[in-house]
Amino acid sequence: MSSSNSIAVQVRGVTKSFGVGDSRTVALKGVDFSTREGELHLVVGPSGCGKTTLLSVVAGTLDWDGGEIDVLGTRLNGMAKGAVTAFRGKHVGFIFQQFNLIPTLTCIENVSVPLLLNGRHRGEAERRAAELLTTVGLADTGRKRPTELSGGQQQRVAIARALSHEPRLLICDEPTSALDSATGHQIMDLLATAARKPGRCVIIVTHDPRIYGYADRITVMEDGRVTQVLEGEALRHFIETHQ
Amino acid sequence: MFHLALKMLMGDRAKYIMLVGGLTFATLLMTQQNAVFQGLLSWTTSHLRNMRAAIWVVEAHVESANETKPLRDTDVNRVRSVTGVDFAVPLFQGILRAKTASGADKQVMLIGLHGATLFGRPPQMLGGDLALLRLPNTVVIDELGVQRLSQGRSRPIAIGDTFEINDREARIVGICRTERHFFGYPYVYSSYDQALQFAPRQRKMLSAILVQPKPGLDAAEVARRIGAETGMRAFTSDEFAKVTVDYIWKTTGIPVSFLTTIILGFIVGIAVSGQTFYSFVLENLRHLGALKAMGASTWLLARMLLLQAFTVGLIGYGMGLGLTALFGFLVLPIGQPPFLLQPSSLLLTGVALVVICSFAALLGIVKVARLEPAIVFRG
Ligand SMILES: Nc1ncnc2c1ncn2[C@@H]1O[C@H](COP(=O)(O)OP(=O)(O)OP(=O)(O)O)[C@@H](O)[C@H]1O
Ligand SMILES: [Mg+2]
Repeated sequence: MSSSNSIAVQVRGVTKSFGVGDSRTVALKGVDFSTREGELHLVVGPSGCGKTTLLSVVAGTLDWDGGEIDVLGTRLNGMAKGAVTAFRGKHVGFIFQQFNLIPTLTCIENVSVPLLLNGRHRGEAERRAAELLTTVGLADTGRKRPTELSGGQQQRVAIARALSHEPRLLICDEPTSALDSATGHQIMDLLATAARKPGRCVIIVTHDPRIYGYADRITVMEDGRVTQVLEGEALRHFIETHQ
Repeated sequence: MFHLALKMLMGDRAKYIMLVGGLTFATLLMTQQNAVFQGLLSWTTSHLRNMRAAIWVVEAHVESANETKPLRDTDVNRVRSVTGVDFAVPLFQGILRAKTASGADKQVMLIGLHGATLFGRPPQMLGGDLALLRLPNTVVIDELGVQRLSQGRSRPIAIGDTFEINDREARIVGICRTERHFFGYPYVYSSYDQALQFAPRQRKMLSAILVQPKPGLDAAEVARRIGAETGMRAFTSDEFAKVTVDYIWKTTGIPVSFLTTIILGFIVGIAVSGQTFYSFVLENLRHLGALKAMGASTWLLARMLLLQAFTVGLIGYGMGLGLTALFGFLVLPIGQPPFLLQPSSLLLTGVALVVICSFAALLGIVKVARLEPAIVFRG
């Protein structure tokens, strides 16, 4: 079996609810979900259907109620909080709709954070950060603050940050929703390239149909459940009907 | 990560200045008030340091070095007869009216020294001759006396000049340097017999007896013996100082009012920096959540917050001490208000600042420990 076919994330029967009593919301009602390495996998569905919640439990940033989650061959069930944090720091990269760059730090410093968290020295981390900024097309912005940049540029800084420590799993929540169409395509080109890296898997939650064409597979969710998993012909058909 | 923690702290100019300012103010308030209080306390015992007697014998009801209750002349001989006493001399001390050339009345602290020994003599003579006190109508005055009694003269009052004490002429034969008395009056020294001439006649005129124990004997032990055998109160100089300070603590509102200000400084420090630092943490919660998502442990984030809190703490402490020292340099030459900065007050303020910063950091750490990294996905 080639590495591009091995399973990166496997979720079985996962449930998650928020709150208690009348305010209780069931966000995930028994979700099965899987992604392969080398894959760019889109999760789509109407607002409130549980996409972000699914992403959060897969990333190990949120506790869930029932079911099993395996990420990159590691079972997250029953893992100590500290171990999950360390696992995230090593293997997971994050990209958010609102970029979440630290405004008081320069772009280079922002990008160097995951490297520093993985024990690299400051000089080495910053040199690597500058290289990464160049590869995302921001060679001259290293000393600038994120707030001096456009939204698309900020998201590119965020991509450089997410990729800096070469994580095997890239988790993106609505990475293009705050951007115009052209900029969104530039961002998706970068993410698609990143996904081609052997052993890596990119999961993108979105309700932006403009980017469906980048998907290798699409998981469709509705009301806390997965309703369709599309690839091949079905995927092409889905993309066409939604454009 | 720690250099980034500092950058995040200083990047938020407004909060950074607020934090440093609050801690500077708290430090200044605590140290300066403490120094003024210590200075005041030290004034309460300055008289003992000016007189430098090994043992003081005073009336049985005297409770502080700044209080005088007269003794009988014969009490000197009773003290002399106690074993272990090398010599004992009478002392007169009293507040009298002196008249300046312009006719104004000035209060002075008149000290009558035993004529033969001049025991209890001023700490430092700046000019003239102390021995001349054995001549009639002569006095030695201190620098504050020169300042006060020069009023209405074309040049400062000097050796050879005269002024009136209680309507009797006094001729200056020396100028001395003393430590300022608690009451703030200038010292005027004369012989004991001369002092009795200046002072209004009363049945009992002896204020205290100054005692030197025999060489090799423990002053405290000799003092105890004098007390037991004569029924008067006898203290070593150190004991008397302690009793005096205790008296101030017990019977005046002075310590309480200073303590209140010092505690206020502490509370202001806690409140301002705690509140500011907490809102700094709240504002950065999203970023702290992102760091947590990216793999920063709670322990690492806690250390970052501690570093931030203690950095502003150290800067505020330094600036507060700087301002206190500046205050000291400004007031010490004037001599008012009293100012005594002791290592112990620096330590005390330091400890208070450690408490303040730990508290501020702790507020943030609790928040960060409870933080779900998943908040970074929320809009
Ligand atoms: N922390 C929370 N506390 C309470 N309810 C929550 C919380 N997070 C999510 N929910 C609820 O769970 C459900 C699923 O939310 P989720 O954010 O996963 O949806 P989503 O598919 O990402 O929606 P959107 O497209 O709007 O981002 C929603 O009903 C939401 O209100
Ligand atoms: Mg969402």
